[in-house]
Amino acid sequence: MIVEAHVARFDSISLDSGSTLAPIEIAYETYGELNGAKSNAILVEHAFSGDAHAAGISPETGKPGWWDNMIGPGKAFDTSKYFVICTNVLGGCRGTTGPSSINPTTGCPYAMSFPVLTIGDMVRAQKMLVDSLGIGRLLAVTGGSMGGMQALEWAVAYPDRVVAAIPIATTTRHSAQQIAFNEVGRQAIMADPDWCDGNYYGKNPPARGLSVARMVGHITYMSDDSMREKFGRRLRGKENFGFGFDVDFEVESYLRYRGSQFVGRFDANSYLYITKAMDYFDLTNGRGSLATALEPARARFLVISFSSDWLYPSYQSQEIVRALRSRNCDVAYVELQSNYGHDSFLVDVAEQADLVRGFLASTFEKVQ
Amino acid sequence: MSAQPDQAFVRELLGRSDYAIIGEIVEPRTRVLDLGCGEGELLHWLAANKGVDARGVEIDGARVQRAIARGVSVFQSDIDEGLADYPGGAFDYVILSQTLQETRDPRRVLREMLRVGRRGIVAFPNFGHWRVRTAMLLSGRAPRTSLFPYEWYESPNIHFLTVQDFESLAALEKVTIERRYFLSGNRRITWRPNLFAEVAIYLLCNGAPGNRPR
Repeated sequence: MIVEAHVARFDSISLDSGSTLAPIEIAYETYGELNGAKSNAILVEHAFSGDAHAAGISPETGKPGWWDNMIGPGKAFDTSKYFVICTNVLGGCRGTTGPSSINPTTGCPYAMSFPVLTIGDMVRAQKMLVDSLGIGRLLAVTGGSMGGMQALEWAVAYPDRVVAAIPIATTTRHSAQQIAFNEVGRQAIMADPDWCDGNYYGKNPPARGLSVARMVGHITYMSDDSMREKFGRRLRGKENFGFGFDVDFEVESYLRYRGSQFVGRFDANSYLYITKAMDYFDLTNGRGSLATALEPARARFLVISFSSDWLYPSYQSQEIVRALRSRNCDVAYVELQSNYGHDSFLVDVAEQADLVRGFLASTFEKVQ
Repeated sequence: MSAQPDQAFVRELLGRSDYAIIGEIVEPRTRVLDLGCGEGELLHWLAANKGVDARGVEIDGARVQRAIARGVSVFQSDIDEGLADYPGGAFDYVILSQTLQETRDPRRVLREMLRVGRRGIVAFPNFGHWRVRTAMLLSGRAPRTSLFPYEWYESPNIHFLTVQDFESLAALEKVTIERRYFLSGNRRITWRPNLFAEVAIYLLCNGAPGNRPR
């Protein structure tokens, strides 16, 4: 499959905080071909630490995309039928303007002078891109976790532009527990002396803090079952305890590895800004009850949750479904059985793929 | 494909004669909710052949998956909870096909389906059929027939009702019966349905005949 990586530039964007960001760049990839009627476009939204490289093999890194098992010819998001777009979110660090980008007025990275963002801002930036591609209505907007928040925001903010929304393992607003885990991550970064109030560019990044933040994150993405299955109490390369504080257990080794890997590909300030945007996200904000908030939505919905996901538990998806039902919206919902916790939507995709394939086919039929 | 309800012989729809009757009752381009819709076969047929806006409720996750995969909007929930969230009159028809006897509180389900739907379609196996009566009389045990094939400890049916029982309940609930159909296999039964009908199908609406929805 051909992976096309692009960067789009826009003069400025107005943000929910009242400030303006100018100019901005949006990194995005596309897969498949836009049809003549421009009716087959699907916008895929990445989760917190993802990027625009959703599928295929990156010509730069040689790595598969984060949802390569869902997107491609013959896959759930069938690129021989649909035109799939994935953007890196505003505030990110993988090609789209974020705190590590150069502020044109100072010639230095924005760092903490970057304006605080919302999920609504990210979606507004994507809307600018979709407009510039000449696509009137998206056949579907989809994503898991933070990607699901964006799919919901799209359906409510631009109801005439979305035929179907597929929010997966997500919520209409973060619970205290979800905010709490994000705050632990942020505090780990800001407590690292290398963070230097965010002005670490060109110097040592706050690798220890960012790595600890990622370790906590990884725990919340797994489940008790999947960790027991994957690591148990197995020791790492030794028969007996080391009676010290080096790595003893497999799980320690895994978390340290994932933490240190993350430092190489993610910007600590982006971590702060994006987690804050997730915590601020509340679909009901300024819109009354959830049912009232969803009132403008015209899309068909497919909502999916996973049985072992304790970070975005099924009750949060069911709240969405109940509110949609009370507005008599077209909504399908199922809780899939999986042991992989929140990560299920990325790794345990066989059943999810069947659902998405059927749902998309029937949606596409209706717009033909 | 669908049956002529006035004929004595009913052709099957998707292997079921009650589906054929339901398929005939439902008007084209209406809004339909099927409670306990299984894998969404009936809804899929109604959407494809009658252009209805089809929705379903099903508790079994695997069946919900297959229904969604076939393009039908089904959500996983039990029937009681599934109905509660809908505004009144959200559907033209609410279908309860071979499910009433499996619900914990059939009276409430009946009321709720006629709140959410302008009309209700209820199909159920008739416990008053002569074969059921004979089986129980002769064996002295909980009857097992082709209609009620389960051992008592495995049966999903938690209430047993006859044609007459349902008519009494409809009267008690002041539900108007607009049409009734009785089937034995593929034959329409008109004489003594409480004794000879295997399956009964009712088209219901709320309130007195004068207040029927159009």
